[in-house]
Amino acid sequence: MPPRFPLIGIAAWAALMLAACVTINIYFPAAAAEKAADRIIEEVWQIRKGEEGAQGDKPAAPN
Amino acid sequence: MKRSGFIRWALIWLVLTAADGALAQANLEINTPAIAALKASMQQRHAQLAGFYARGAVGLTRDGGIALRDASAVQLAQRQLANSLVAAENQDRAALYREIARANSHPEWENDIRATFAQRWIGNARSGWYYQNAAGAWVRK
Repeated sequence: MPPRFPLIGIAAWAALMLAACVTINIYFPAAAAEKAADRIIEEVWQIRKGEEGAQGDKPAAPN
Repeated sequence: MKRSGFIRWALIWLVLTAADGALAQANLEINTPAIAALKASMQQRHAQLAGFYARGAVGLTRDGGIALRDASAVQLAQRQLANSLVAAENQDRAALYREIARANSHPEWENDIRATFAQRWIGNARSGWYYQNAAGAWVRK
């Protein structure tokens, strides 16, 4: 009897996971899209990754 | 004994499967030949457009494109060039949004992708460049 219970639980969980994967995919993945957009924009505009903090062409350091 | 061993393996397998599913969601497919070609074309054009952005002649629109916002900032001789650069860039950008949506098997995401890019172009823009705010007014970054 005891081993049966977890098996049913696992099966239910697996079904839930599968359903979740399918469900998530229907909605627009906004965070993933932002990451993809940034990667493309960095390439098109030739923005160097390390430059990001110093970006904005600050004329000089505060005196 | 054997049964609990099986359950343990089943659990490990499930966790790995779930992690794999989560990873697949974490990235959009952007490595296709069509997208690479569009990126290259836009990157090349950017060398010519950068000056127009810096002078405020061309700005980033709220719908993920660009527009000639101040023709007076462009010398008469260069106006034709500016106009054709803007038109070509908008064509490439539209194609890029469409291709990303298609590469991810969700053509209906095109407008969401366009909206995401609209924000990120502006977010990544250099200070001094112009962009359109939500109301459509030009703002200097």
